[in-house]
Amino acid sequence: MTLDDIVSAVKAAHDAAKQVPLGDSHSPLRIRGAGSKDFYGGLLAGEVLDVSGHRGIVAYEPTELYITAKCGTSLAEIEATLAEKGQMLAFEPPHFAGATVGGCIAAGLSGPRRQQAGAVRDFVLGVKLIDGTGQVLNFGGQVMKNVAGYDVSRLIAGSLGTLGIIAEVTLKVLPKPVAETTLVFACDAAEAICRLNEWGGQPLPVSASFWHDGQLWLRLSGARAAVEAATSKLGGNPTVNPEKHWNSIREQTHPAFAASPLWRLALPSTAPCPELDGLCAIEWGGSLRWYAGAVDGDHAAVRAAAASLGGHAVLYRAPESLRCREGAFAPLPPAMLALHRRLKKAFDPQGMLNPGRLYAEF
Amino acid sequence: MTAMSSHDPAFTTDLAALTARLRLFLPPHCLLLGEEDLRPYECDGLTAYRELPLAVCLPETEAQVIDILRTCHSLGVPVVARGAGTGLSGGAMPHAQGVVLSLARFNRILRVDRAARLAVVQPGVRNLAVSEAAAPFALYYAPDPSSQIACTLGGNVAENSGGVHCLKYGLTVHNVLRIRVVSIEGEVFEIGSEAPDAAGYDLLALLIGSEGMLGVVTEVTVKLVPKPELAQVVMASFADVAQAGDAVAAIIAAGIIPAGLEMMDKAATAAVEPFVKAGYDMNAEAILLCEADGTPEEVAEEIARVTEVLTAAGASDIRVSQSEAERLRFWAGRKAAFPAVGRITPDYYCMDGTIPRKRLAEMLSSIAAMETKYGLRCANVFHAGDGNLHPLIMYDASQPGDWERAEAFGAEILELSVALGGSITGEHGVGIEKIKQMCVQYATPEIEAFHRVKAAFDETGLLNPGKAVPSLHRCAEYGRMHVHHGDVKFPELERF
Repeated sequence: MTLDDIVSAVKAAHDAAKQVPLGDSHSPLRIRGAGSKDFYGGLLAGEVLDVSGHRGIVAYEPTELYITAKCGTSLAEIEATLAEKGQMLAFEPPHFAGATVGGCIAAGLSGPRRQQAGAVRDFVLGVKLIDGTGQVLNFGGQVMKNVAGYDVSRLIAGSLGTLGIIAEVTLKVLPKPVAETTLVFACDAAEAICRLNEWGGQPLPVSASFWHDGQLWLRLSGARAAVEAATSKLGGNPTVNPEKHWNSIREQTHPAFAASPLWRLALPSTAPCPELDGLCAIEWGGSLRWYAGAVDGDHAAVRAAAASLGGHAVLYRAPESLRCREGAFAPLPPAMLALHRRLKKAFDPQGMLNPGRLYAEF
Repeated sequence: MTAMSSHDPAFTTDLAALTARLRLFLPPHCLLLGEEDLRPYECDGLTAYRELPLAVCLPETEAQVIDILRTCHSLGVPVVARGAGTGLSGGAMPHAQGVVLSLARFNRILRVDRAARLAVVQPGVRNLAVSEAAAPFALYYAPDPSSQIACTLGGNVAENSGGVHCLKYGLTVHNVLRIRVVSIEGEVFEIGSEAPDAAGYDLLALLIGSEGMLGVVTEVTVKLVPKPELAQVVMASFADVAQAGDAVAAIIAAGIIPAGLEMMDKAATAAVEPFVKAGYDMNAEAILLCEADGTPEEVAEEIARVTEVLTAAGASDIRVSQSEAERLRFWAGRKAAFPAVGRITPDYYCMDGTIPRKRLAEMLSSIAAMETKYGLRCANVFHAGDGNLHPLIMYDASQPGDWERAEAFGAEILELSVALGGSITGEHGVGIEKIKQMCVQYATPEIEAFHRVKAAFDETGLLNPGKAVPSLHRCAEYGRMHVHHGDVKFPELERF
């Protein structure tokens, strides 16, 4: 599948939508890579536009620290290519079932290493975007620093395809750490939050953290000397097969993520445990907390608990009917919602791309 | 001299009506009107471009900021927000029919949270003051632009400022968690949060680096990071700039991300050394400064590896800082490069292009050819680690034609940056200075998209009009070709 094929499909749908009399419903497009994150976000509406065939690594320059790939390229292929040169996608995105790089950027989900390295958006250097009218737009580039024009490339990360189809993306890559060790500590959730914040304020090479059921796993990554020094300073117990463990967290195959509905609460890292039942896991130095919910539970109470602590709650994994009814993401204040709609219109005036996937209103 | 004025037929302000409205809520000491009071605001760090505003507002509260913006919105008056005025692209240059909104009095650090490693500050707080306030907790704010003793956080947000440590620690966009922004209509938005991945679009990424075009920042929450136990610098001399460029690539290829990786050419060290006495090798064609930080063991390990790589890359001399005083002296030269060049020339014009590192030698030899072509000297300092080049073009504003040649010289460097696959600005912003070169970096559809983004925030275009994004009319006038990511026509031909 070529760029032109995708552009033609969007143009055709856009032109058809313009013919529809005002007020009548038109058929939007539902952009799909591998479909590994069909579970995530709101409504899956419209005719499927499968972009997984637009694939391949366009450029990879290890010494310039970037890789450019077409949207349908699998993360597995990208990471295998990077690994040959000892490099990685430092935000450690989940692959789930065969995730593509386009879907990875659109969903904006980062993995365990986020607490050290940063989020998906922190690594986006440039995108080739197809907007809702079928126009091809190039934002950013392949250099580390570029402040010419608004930073649309990073805005695209996490926009769930509502602003445009990511045809191609350039990501900053980093060398893999020389050494890595995982330590395990026995403690309750409150103690884990306290320790994680204390360690966060010290120059320690903590690259991931995971608390579940009375145990706290801590991954140290960096120069060999730094990892060794931190290991002897922190104590804790070594763990067997740490790579398998962190992979189960990154891919959410660990039993801690089995609940449905599963709530994802993003909170200030120092926030105490909210008054909620069902804490399954804590990640990212205390700033990401997972809760098991109930289909007929008090969803508003979960959102309110997160908001009262300065964070927000995502109805992460739940039946589609529930996500559509409750909204997957925390509701936006009216002025903010209005701004979102204006931005959506700036890139997709007819509302052709993934309507309702982020918020029901657009 | 005034290189350019912003006479803009789109706006005609009734000054009497404006001041009458502003006086309703601004006390006299918060409103400047007389020419002698307005004069200090006529330009920012890009002194070649000047314009007197009609008025300068110095609000002390967010409520006053809201009232100023509402007033200007209802009367159709342009507003240019301003921090310390240290910007180098004319982003804070006033509008002749507009108001300057100075955030200078928003100078309080509201909270330093040791446990959560963050600080909440007002936009007029100086960059270095944040790190100073965090120092008792062994924390600091990582982005460190060279102007950090003077530049403010609000300005850093507007420009997405970098610094010498951003290869490892990121730019402003990587280190700001939340901002509070007032729209031109006086609406307050909380963007980002102390929690990760705020709901909705990543407006924080969009707002940071938006050059005062989308809103006015009234509060900033920044991330603080633990201060490394130790930092040490390796200084390496090279007999050839291409060799120095290759050495930079070799460090990255070895899997090392240094805390800082800077290059200076011979013209730059020659300007700096007599001024700072940093101990630079005056015979070298280029010197590299490479900093390692972390635990003492980690630093020792990295310094050893860096030294090995630099030796293999052909460094003619290598020195490692043996004390904190020596480390700071090595950096002092780099950080003082701009003022040092300012001592040897009446005026200088600082450029800010970024290029892929591997094209460095090409860029520097082209710049050497341009020195002959324009009859002006140029010193080069380079954030080598992230490909951000600061050529300092020396000229004399009192000589007729000098500024015009300097400007043409700069434009040629920027356009070459784009042709080599880079950008016209890495950290200084487009402002008024590089507005024409935006037409080279971006094609019509992207520029139209930028205008639509602007309109989503500021429909009537009152915030910083004429900056950052050119009108298509202007691009047509400029008549230069858009070059897409290095795909130039006839790439086999030599250009300069």
